[in-house]
Amino acid sequence: MKSTRATQEPAWVRYGLLTVGLGFLFFFLGLPLVAVFVEALAQGVPIYLEALKEPETASAIGLTIGIALAVLPFNIAFGVAAAWAIAKFEFKGKSLLITLIDLPFAVSPVVAGLIFILLFGSQGTFGNWLSEHDIKIIFAVPGMILATLFITFPFIARELIPLMQAQGKDEEEAAVSLGASGFQMFWRVTLPNIKWGLLYGVILSNARAMGEFGAVSVVSGHIRGETNTLPLHVEILYNEYNAIGAFAAASILALLALVTLVAKTIVEWRMKQETEMLNTVLAPEKT
Amino acid sequence: MTHFRKSIVSVLLSLVASAALADASLLNTSYDVARDVYKDYNPLFQKYWKAKSGESLELKQSHGGSSKQVRAVADGLEADVVTMNQANDIEFLAEKGLVAKDWAKKFPNNASPYTSAMVFIVRKGNPKAIKDWSDVAGPGVQVIIPHPKNTGNGRNTYLSAWAWALKQPGGNDAKAQEFLGKLLRNAPLFAAGGRDATTTFMQRKMGDVLITFESEAEMIAKEFGKGEFEVVYPSLTMQTEFPVAVVERVVDKKGTRKQATAYLEYLWSKEGQENAAQNYLRPRDAELLKKYAASFPAVKTFTVDEVFGSANKAFATHFKDGGSFDQIYVAK
Repeated sequence: MKSTRATQEPAWVRYGLLTVGLGFLFFFLGLPLVAVFVEALAQGVPIYLEALKEPETASAIGLTIGIALAVLPFNIAFGVAAAWAIAKFEFKGKSLLITLIDLPFAVSPVVAGLIFILLFGSQGTFGNWLSEHDIKIIFAVPGMILATLFITFPFIARELIPLMQAQGKDEEEAAVSLGASGFQMFWRVTLPNIKWGLLYGVILSNARAMGEFGAVSVVSGHIRGETNTLPLHVEILYNEYNAIGAFAAASILALLALVTLVAKTIVEWRMKQETEMLNTVLAPEKT
Repeated sequence: MTHFRKSIVSVLLSLVASAALADASLLNTSYDVARDVYKDYNPLFQKYWKAKSGESLELKQSHGGSSKQVRAVADGLEADVVTMNQANDIEFLAEKGLVAKDWAKKFPNNASPYTSAMVFIVRKGNPKAIKDWSDVAGPGVQVIIPHPKNTGNGRNTYLSAWAWALKQPGGNDAKAQEFLGKLLRNAPLFAAGGRDATTTFMQRKMGDVLITFESEAEMIAKEFGKGEFEVVYPSLTMQTEFPVAVVERVVDKKGTRKQATAYLEYLWSKEGQENAAQNYLRPRDAELLKKYAASFPAVKTFTVDEVFGSANKAFATHFKDGGSFDQIYVAK
């Protein structure tokens, strides 16, 4: 009797699966990506560049990147702190905290945006107070940053928690017992250990921040040249029958996504390298 | 790239100081295809206002789905003026106390500086010979319209067909409802909005007739080419209004009542009217309407107020839950 190993499926199964997989990738990812650039360049490169030079488009690009940058320090601080607390300590309500961190994944972005309207809108909880003090949150950039923050904050924590849990707290304990201060321990021991994971989380949350539509759309107010991010700008240009402009703006988003993809691949590769190196160094001790 | 750098800086700055900087600027909140009209209108007004008062004004624009836009204004978007494509939307703001109750009387012509009409867009050569509403409801014809219950475009189409059926010999509400039932059965789908309906008709090549604003036909031509379709004017159709209003609460707070009122009044000036005509919207000015007669063929129209009493009444009778549209749909 001939036995087949699990990895030795008949050829038709292997090629069948391959075709389905690649076909899916081609039709659902490859083609739309190509289509964006084809449409954007439909009337030639000069018109494409002209569309990008529109002050409103340039401002949308700036705002999109600006919001992503503004959100970053908050996300890093929160992500590292939350992951630290969850991975290195035992405390009551820990599982509640983990659930809360996942909340933005479960809540629809539009609902997330509406939460801010309910809080800060003129008919909302803090509406009157804000209006009396002439502070604008929603329909202005601060509200858009808040909404983006809400949508993106789980990414870094989610990336770091398993990593820090796997690493355990032995190294930190060793550092402290050798006389390191809390800050020294964090800077010299913890951070070098998590840096690639952190960077990976940063890239993911960044990609999400730049592409976010629903939550930001609700709180933006769509003021052109002021509170219109790229995804919102694409929608409005398309609705105005400005296909070239819409696809030109979309192509910038696609480019930003491609850059993210490349950065992500590099980081993944470095992470893998580092763990392999670590494993070879630690291997003799482990046996 | 200065805008680009400027907005990055402004984002970072706004983190430090989120309070609004007060200056002479107006925000005009509009429906989503209003850009072209106001892009050309704004510099005209800026020039006029500079000459009249010496002030230089900054004019900002916000665009989006009409109902979504007024909701944002109600929630605190600081629009000095709203320029919409449906009276219902301004009524909504009036009910919330942001716009004067008698907003429609604050400016001439029901506060609508220009109008448009609902027209048929058919394929080149009009192969199904669609001439009037009866043909749209005829056998073997597919009609593409946005959802009548929740889009302005779809409601206008629905009410146009209703009014036409009423005005036929022996026409009454029961017959009109029956006619709408026939017409809606010819719709293979309801598009999500005006733009979506256009894409369905022009790009996906579905349907024999698309019903939309006369002004939108020109935008379709801009994107898809003039030779691709023909415009057909039915024997009776709705004159659609584009009402404007000052947002009282905002101008009082910002101290911009004078500028905001002038901004809207100037829409009725020769320059403002001519700009509307050049953007394919029918000017109220009779002389200009004659001058641009080539763009605006004579067509018999009715207003919502004439046939249905008011926009709010039309909405309550036909589009509220349990209204005539729902009755037709349950029957179907």
